[in-house]
Amino acid sequence: MKALGRFYYEFVESIRIAWAQIRANKMRSVLTALGVIIGIVAVTLMGTAIRGIDTGFNNSLSMLGDDILYVQKWPWGPVEDWWNYVNRAPILTTDADKLNRIIEDTPNSLLEIAVPVSGRGASVKAGDSSVDGIYVFGTTADYSRISSVDYKEGRLFNELEADAGRSVCVLGFDVAEALFPGRSALGGTVNVEGHPLTVIGVFAKQGEFLGILSFDNELIMPLTAFRKMYSIVGRTDLRVKITDKKRLQEAKDELVGAMRRVRGQLPNESDNFSINGEEAFKAQLDPIKTAIAGAGLFVTGLALFVGAIGIMNITFVSVKERTKEIGTRKAIGARRRTILMQFLIEAVAICLIGGIVGMVVAYGIFLGIHLKMPGFPVQFSPDLVVISVLVSVVTGILSGFAPAWGASRLDPVVALRYE
Amino acid sequence: MIPPPAPIPAARRTFRPPGALVIDIQNVTKLYHMGEEIVHALRGVDLQVRRNEYLAIMGPSGSGKSTLMNMLGCLDTPTSGHYQFNGKDVSSMSDDELASIRNREIGFVFQTFNLLPRSTSLHNVELPLIYAGMPPHERRERAKQALQNVGLGERMLHKPNELSGGQRQRVAVARALVNHPSIILADEPTGNLDSKTGDEIMQLFDTLYEQGNTIIVVTHEEDIARHARRTVRLHDGLIASDQMMTA
Repeated sequence: MKALGRFYYEFVESIRIAWAQIRANKMRSVLTALGVIIGIVAVTLMGTAIRGIDTGFNNSLSMLGDDILYVQKWPWGPVEDWWNYVNRAPILTTDADKLNRIIEDTPNSLLEIAVPVSGRGASVKAGDSSVDGIYVFGTTADYSRISSVDYKEGRLFNELEADAGRSVCVLGFDVAEALFPGRSALGGTVNVEGHPLTVIGVFAKQGEFLGILSFDNELIMPLTAFRKMYSIVGRTDLRVKITDKKRLQEAKDELVGAMRRVRGQLPNESDNFSINGEEAFKAQLDPIKTAIAGAGLFVTGLALFVGAIGIMNITFVSVKERTKEIGTRKAIGARRRTILMQFLIEAVAICLIGGIVGMVVAYGIFLGIHLKMPGFPVQFSPDLVVISVLVSVVTGILSGFAPAWGASRLDPVVALRYE
Repeated sequence: MIPPPAPIPAARRTFRPPGALVIDIQNVTKLYHMGEEIVHALRGVDLQVRRNEYLAIMGPSGSGKSTLMNMLGCLDTPTSGHYQFNGKDVSSMSDDELASIRNREIGFVFQTFNLLPRSTSLHNVELPLIYAGMPPHERRERAKQALQNVGLGERMLHKPNELSGGQRQRVAVARALVNHPSIILADEPTGNLDSKTGDEIMQLFDTLYEQGNTIIVVTHEEDIARHARRTVRLHDGLIASDQMMTA
């Protein structure tokens, strides 16, 4: 009990000394803490980015639709054996009809409906304004069943319009903003590849996919009209809605079987199509996250290492400067661990101050990014604060230990004589 | 070794009867390695100090005076020989045990005061009590009392650079006294003071002696040594003389 009391009083005394010491050497302390500040900024921003990517990813997935499977010629993600894919027969819009018939004939099918989507990049004009790089795609009226997007105004084309191949379209939010700034786009006419299309709807803003790819730069029109416009249809894929998200794998297996029938494949042939879904993205994203974490850890480690050396150096200086004080303290009864603790706490205090400044700086950068690029996925969280504090304390202890140990071992006679 | 006490009481001096044995040094030697050379700082010293003594240790530089003082103050341990402090064998103690003896049994007063520059007088005096593990309220009271005893009741919240040399040394004396040590060990306590202030400090020591403290002063000044009741002179690492003063 007595020893505990003494430890506590010595601990409080050490904090007092550290605080007085830092106040007396403000500039030196700040410069020393710089390495730690950079390290903490790096670790915080890295954490922010990784967490942001996760969140952004999940948000973006809801744009893709987490109950939608994509039947496509190519799998998502990089492939090394491209020659195995390049000669696959293209997915045809008619495959959708065949697939839907199979679905209807299957009792308790896990698949609800397949919708063909053919698209390509194009520029869209309205009057004198023009926007490039718009993803123009044709689909059927069933698109409404696989899309959960809200409409800012208007509606999707109905089955009649779609079947008749009417020249109507629905614009993505950004396209409408660019071509019809400040006014309603409904009833307006846009021009795609020389074909006039009447705007019957505008999607609500969806935001960007991972902050890179915008879902608001699209134009949707009836597939029949799209096919009239382009003799060579661009990429077609089938979007298949499943009935139960929890039985994704079963639904996928069913879809593979159904597609093999649609494509008339023999049992010994391997699939000549790919089923894509959100987990393909997840698989793609993991290496990105690992890379960010790796780079972040490297920068953090380097900065903290440099910072730790700075702290170690300044603690050595501090011990040297106060050798006589150490002698005095020892003469009046300070034990080794008392001196050790005193200098360790000093080192930790500088690191903690660096850590706090680092967090404030990181938060500032985070806010800046947030203001400039609202879509960029960054997210700040309280556990980053805890991690930063822990990292600071550990850095302080590790870097302060050698000089503090040396101080605690000083011979009081030698220390008292030191001038 | 010790000549029989010859107490011839002087009118203006109090002689308090020696009490229990505090310091018992027997045949102590100390060697230093200075590069290739071996320095014999102490070559076999016997010294006994009892409670209520007022002792001056004198000697020219190089006589082993400082080494003996470090030894007495438990800052250093002998190369050979025995040192018992209050009956406990100091020669074989660990660093932390020595620190504990210094904290409880010895009050140091240094030539250069050795106060913590950024701390108030009060905190400087409190420091030994912190290391002794005394709760804040109690130690603050004790420190205040000690400062009042040396006449610095009004200067408790001043820092050393706001005090005169004499006042600083008084703070150091208060710090030495605050834990009620068995001995007060003063190393050239007036060495950094002008003669008038030095006299005042020595009068303070006289008063402390009269109040019942045991004091050892290390000095090379005869004037200072004259305040003591017993003078031990060192020469070349040996005790050359040890005499009781007679006013």
